[in-house]
Amino acid sequence: MTESRWLRIGLWAATLAVLAFVYLPLVVIAIYAFNASDIQSWPIPGVSLRWFERALADGAVRQAFLNSVIAATAATSIALVLGTLAAFAVQRFRFFGREIISFVVILPIALPGVVTGVALSATFTTLGIGFGMVTIVIGHATFCVVIAYNNVIARLRRTSRSLEEASMDLGADTWQTFRHVFLPSMRGALLSGGLLAFALSFDEVIVTNFTAGAGVDTVPLWVLSAIQRPNALPVVNVVAVALILLSVIPVYIAQRIGGRAAR
Amino acid sequence: MTTAPARASGPARRFARLLYRHPRLQLRLLLAAPLLWLLLAYLGSLAVLFANAFFRHDSFTGRVIFEFTLDNFAAVAGTEVYRTITLRTIGLAVLVTLVCTVLAFPIAYTMARVASPRIRGLLVIAVLMPLWASYLVKVYAWRTMLLGNGVLDWLFAPFGVNAPGIGEGALLLVFTYLWLPYMILPIYAALERIPESLLEASADLGGRTGMTFRRVVLPLVLPGVVAGSIFTFSLTLGDYITPQLVSNTRLIGNAIYDTLGVPNLPLAAAIATIPVITIVAYLLLARRTGAFESL
Repeated sequence: MTESRWLRIGLWAATLAVLAFVYLPLVVIAIYAFNASDIQSWPIPGVSLRWFERALADGAVRQAFLNSVIAATAATSIALVLGTLAAFAVQRFRFFGREIISFVVILPIALPGVVTGVALSATFTTLGIGFGMVTIVIGHATFCVVIAYNNVIARLRRTSRSLEEASMDLGADTWQTFRHVFLPSMRGALLSGGLLAFALSFDEVIVTNFTAGAGVDTVPLWVLSAIQRPNALPVVNVVAVALILLSVIPVYIAQRIGGRAAR
Repeated sequence: MTTAPARASGPARRFARLLYRHPRLQLRLLLAAPLLWLLLAYLGSLAVLFANAFFRHDSFTGRVIFEFTLDNFAAVAGTEVYRTITLRTIGLAVLVTLVCTVLAFPIAYTMARVASPRIRGLLVIAVLMPLWASYLVKVYAWRTMLLGNGVLDWLFAPFGVNAPGIGEGALLLVFTYLWLPYMILPIYAALERIPESLLEASADLGGRTGMTFRRVVLPLVLPGVVAGSIFTFSLTLGDYITPQLVSNTRLIGNAIYDTLGVPNLPLAAAIATIPVITIVAYLLLARRTGAFESL
C-alpha cells in the first residue's frame, strides 16, 4: 500500500496541527511565568524574572516538592517489590486464579480515580487511620503496582528460563541466581517501571485529594488550591514551568534505556 | 568452585534448596505480599465502600448508621439528576473517545508508516513529553487560555468572534487534549506491528490504498483503538477536577465527590457503583477484542 503524494502532505499537515494543539497550552503557561504584571492577560505587558524568585523563596512550594518526592519514592519502592513478585508468580507458574490476579492488578488504574479515592478515604475513616503521608503512600503504591508489574512481566516474557537454569546447574543457589542472573536481566524493566511509577505518583491528584487530609500538600495538591487564589497564580505559573521541564527527565532516561535495549 | 561447599550447609542455602524442591512453596511466598496488599488495601477498601452503600445515613450528624437498607440505591435510581448526570458523563466519554481517535489516527499513522526512523523517534518523544507533563498544569493552562482576556480571546478577536469561554464545549476540548496521548500511543503501536508483507499482499491482490486501509489496516488497528478507549473512558468517568476548573457542568465524579463532602458516605458509595459497573462492563467487552495485549 503506497500513500500518494497528496495523502502524505495531508498526513504531515494533520500531524503538525495536532502537535501544535498539544504544545500550545504548555508554551502559553511558560510565557506567563515571565509576566511582568501580576494580572493574567494576553499578551503579557512585559518580561520579568521576579516570580521565579518569589517561587524559590516560597516555603509552601518547597515543602510540597519535598512531600511529593518522599511520597513518590516510598510508593515506587513498594510498587516495585510487589509488582515484581506478582509478575514473577504469574509468568513463571501455572496456578488456580492466575487470570484473576492479572485482572486485579490492573483494576486500580482501570477503575475511575474518584472511586479509588472514595474507597480509600472511606476505609481510612472507618478504621480510624489519620490522613497524612502514610495514607498518601498507600494510595499511590496501590495504583503504581500495575506499572511495575506490566514492565517486569513484559521483560519476563522475552527472557527464557534457560539462563537461570544454567546458573542453577553450575551450582548457584536461588539467591545467587537472583542477584547475579535475574536482577541484571531485569534492570531495564525495573528502571523504566520505577520511573513511570514515580512520575505517576508525583503527578497524582484525583486519588491524593481524598487521602491527604488537611496537613500534607503534595505539588499537585498545592497547585489545586493555589489555582483558586488569583494572587497566587504568578507563582503557579513558575511551578508549572518547573513541572513541564521535569517531565523531560523521564522521557530522556526512558529513551536511553530503550535505545540501549534496541542495540 | 571452592566457595560452594563451604556455603552448602548455611541456613540460606538450605532454605534455597527447600524452595527449589517445593515450587508451590516458592509460589506462595512470591504471591503472599502482593496479594495481601491488593486484598487489604485495594479490594478491602472497595468492599468497605460498597458495604457502606447498604447502610443508613443520619442526615443531621452526617454519620453512618449501621442498619441495612436499599434506600441509597433507590435514591440513585429514582432521582432524575443522577440519571441525567450518568447519561451526560457516558455521552461525554464516548464523544471524547471519538474525537481522540480521529485526532490520533493521522499522527499515529505518520509516526508508524510515513516518517523516516529518525523523525519517528523525535515524534514519539514529542508525543510522550506532554504525557509526562503534569495533568493539573495542563488543565490550569487551558483554564487560563479559556478565561476572559486569555489567549483565545486574543486569537479570536480579529475575526470578531467571542472565544468559547468555559462550559461544556471547553470540557470536551480539555478532556480531548488531556487523553489524546493515551490514544495516540496504542494506535501507533498497533500500526507499527502490521507487517509490510500483509499490505503488499493486499496490493498484489488488487487492493487499492483505500481498500487496503479499510479491509486490512483498520481491523488490525481496532484493538489499539479499544485499548486507548479504556483510558479515555475510565479517565473521563473518574475525573471531578477538570469539570470544576473548565466548566460549570457536573459529571458523575463531581456527584460522588460532592456527596461525600455533605457528608453522606452511603449515598456517595451507591453513586460510585455506576462508574464501576460501566467500566467493568466495558473492560469485559474490551477483553473480547484482544485489546488487553495492546495496553
